[in-house]
Amino acid sequence: MLAELGQVALVLALLVAGMQAVLPLLGAQRGRTSWMLVARPAAYLQFGLVALAFAILTHAFTTQDFSLRYVATNSNSLLPMVYRYTAVWGAHEGSLLLWALILSLWTAAVARFSQRLPLPVIARVLGVMGLVAVGFLAFLLFTSNPFERLLPAAMEGRDLNPLLQDPGMIIHPPMLYLGYVGFSVPFAFAIAALLDGKVDTRWLRWTRPWTNIAWGFLTCGIALGSWWAYYELGWGGWWFWDPVENASFMPWLAGAALLHSQAVTEKRGSFRGWTLLLAIATFSLSLLGTFLVRSGVLTSVHAFAADPMRGLFILIFLGTVVGGSLLLYALRAPSDNDGAPFAASSRETLLLANNLLLSTACAMVLIGTLYPLLADALELGKISVGPPYFALLFTVLMAPLVALLPFGPLTKWQREQASRPFAMLVPWAGLAIGVGIATFFLAPQGPWKVAAGLAGATWVAAGTARFVWTRFNSQGRRFTPEMIGMTFAHVGIAVFLIGALLVEGLAQQRELALAPGGTVALGNKTFVFDGVQHRQGPNYEADHGTVRIFDGDRLITTLHPEKRRYASGGQVMTEAGIAPGLRGDLYVALGEPLGGQAWAVRVHEKPFVRWIWLGALFMALGGFITATDRRFRREEKA
Amino acid sequence: MSDSTPAARWIPLAIFAALALLLAAGVWLSRNPDREALPSPLIDKPAPQFSLPVLHEPERQVTLADLKGAPFVLNVWGSWCPSCREEHPVLTRFAETKRVRIVGFNWKDERGDALRWLDQFGNPYWVVIADIEGKSAIDWGIYGAPETFLVDANGTIRWKHVGPLTDTLIAGELVPALDAIDPQHEGAKP
Repeated sequence: MLAELGQVALVLALLVAGMQAVLPLLGAQRGRTSWMLVARPAAYLQFGLVALAFAILTHAFTTQDFSLRYVATNSNSLLPMVYRYTAVWGAHEGSLLLWALILSLWTAAVARFSQRLPLPVIARVLGVMGLVAVGFLAFLLFTSNPFERLLPAAMEGRDLNPLLQDPGMIIHPPMLYLGYVGFSVPFAFAIAALLDGKVDTRWLRWTRPWTNIAWGFLTCGIALGSWWAYYELGWGGWWFWDPVENASFMPWLAGAALLHSQAVTEKRGSFRGWTLLLAIATFSLSLLGTFLVRSGVLTSVHAFAADPMRGLFILIFLGTVVGGSLLLYALRAPSDNDGAPFAASSRETLLLANNLLLSTACAMVLIGTLYPLLADALELGKISVGPPYFALLFTVLMAPLVALLPFGPLTKWQREQASRPFAMLVPWAGLAIGVGIATFFLAPQGPWKVAAGLAGATWVAAGTARFVWTRFNSQGRRFTPEMIGMTFAHVGIAVFLIGALLVEGLAQQRELALAPGGTVALGNKTFVFDGVQHRQGPNYEADHGTVRIFDGDRLITTLHPEKRRYASGGQVMTEAGIAPGLRGDLYVALGEPLGGQAWAVRVHEKPFVRWIWLGALFMALGGFITATDRRFRREEKA
Repeated sequence: MSDSTPAARWIPLAIFAALALLLAAGVWLSRNPDREALPSPLIDKPAPQFSLPVLHEPERQVTLADLKGAPFVLNVWGSWCPSCREEHPVLTRFAETKRVRIVGFNWKDERGDALRWLDQFGNPYWVVIADIEGKSAIDWGIYGAPETFLVDANGTIRWKHVGPLTDTLIAGELVPALDAIDPQHEGAKP
């Protein structure tokens, strides 16, 4: 009976969300205070109801209620307890419920932390978020009901996709969704501003921390996904330009542009229309990401179930939300010509360049992701746009961004003598070029990538340090959380550059057949294969390999790569053996058994690969720290 | 960016309209569930050799040679597999037409569970062979249950489907494939 209660909770949540959407929006339009006052209680109630439904589904998983189709398809009596919790969002229906839960959580948070906003503004913001919630809850109930019964009840469940039986998967989706859904706040604000007809910079100031927090979570989510793919897919790669990855990367790029343009609009009043458009675009791309992943229109390594009915529903929803918002934008967008004028040489211009580069990169990813679909629709055959396209164009677009980055914080708003920031940065540019040239000749392999990585990282790090130094010597030595956050995020880019380019340039790998006792040398390390034993896991059987790694005669570490066969579906998974380290990972994966005791074994050396995720962590921290700035919460004098 | 002119403000909407059109085309294309289906490398190749015990009489072994001589359908299932239960009535209806022998391939199952499953839901199979350890399944390239193969009289794989069979699929694909290799309805005889 509990499942039926969850179903009822979802239906009630849909009704409450409808009320939260309609009454406050109409009330704000007609100036009826009592209608607008519905918004906050409705937001809390909706959160309570969705949370109840989510708790009931979790309970069904922990108690193994195989009379629910969703539980029977994604769990199994052998599934360890911790994965029964994560199995809740292990497939389509539960993921959507998690989406709805996080949306209602953000909505409740907006309702709670918006006391300073005028009632019509908050009524509109919560109303728009209510509309989005209506779409998702209806999608859940009508096409993807997690509480559907299975008659007769299954005796045994089919098991959670073994790829997802992993600690990284526990927090990856919630992080990602916190980011995606968090962008609904600036989006709802943008719609509210368009409805109202004026963009008040005070309200904009209020949305900035929300954007920063959402972007920070999205950064964490993407980094976790990349880390998971690295150790779980067994290929040793960290980014595949896969459609599902791109789906999360597009809102990230648009969100990064939005962060910067919001700062300009809030401080200088410029770029008003552009900021609103970016806010709409960022959340629209989050929705598009959900569409691409959930509709099965594109296929990818992440292989989610395809269902045209669901695709159609999300398409209509996407069309309504995005089409409606852009129509509103077309009709009522404010002029960009407001705000303080600025000269060609000014921080505004640099941030404009930042925005153009990030938006172009985002458009480039969008085109590359959808191009196979276009080719298919025009019957040009099945084409896939591979990493060469993405890697080349992305590098071309990001190189100027990295080159311009240190100038931004050192350049004054409105008007700047171009020679001033140049003079401050010339020594550091010289240092970066020197580092680049030196490493180009010293690198054992991949000199271009290694030199570019170290030079770029030196330039960004030194340029950012120069900014910190300038602030430190200025009167007052004031460091706001906004500046600290920015410093962290920019240093994160330097750290990321080292990780990404050094691992691309210096990684070594060999794949070969090894019999027990066989050895393979990679760099100055020797890998000794000690054979494969059989091992019984909780819900799988594994071929458990043992590889000892020596540096000269000294044993560094022993790794245990595995091939796991899951009892429930017979799927075979690779579990790489990894010795992590700040200076690089040693990575061993088992390939195929080759008869006798011999196995195909892949060994990798991945220098500085951890820096990729460390850099992302810095960027995310930067977003979170910025959000704590008191200025965003200060009472305005009016 | 300088969308201060009214016309320029419509550009985002126009771009999105084009995008939506493309996505609609994508949804239209994805109606066909087999759009992405990769042809099995085993199609038109000889079926792999095997020797597996019969589920009901574990002492008796069945090999590919025993099954040759007339076409047969090999259906992979397990009592642990919910989709197999969904497929079961479809398969039973098809078995009742006696068009071809249906060989059950009981995969990674416990013998007791499998027998109980057949008792409970009915046994549509001509014979059920059991691959408890999944050793032969690897040769067939099986990566999930249910999965169905059509093998002709000479032991060549002619057709394959991953996922549960449906009535439409049987009428639209399996029976035509069967008619093509077995116009005389030889497979119906045993």
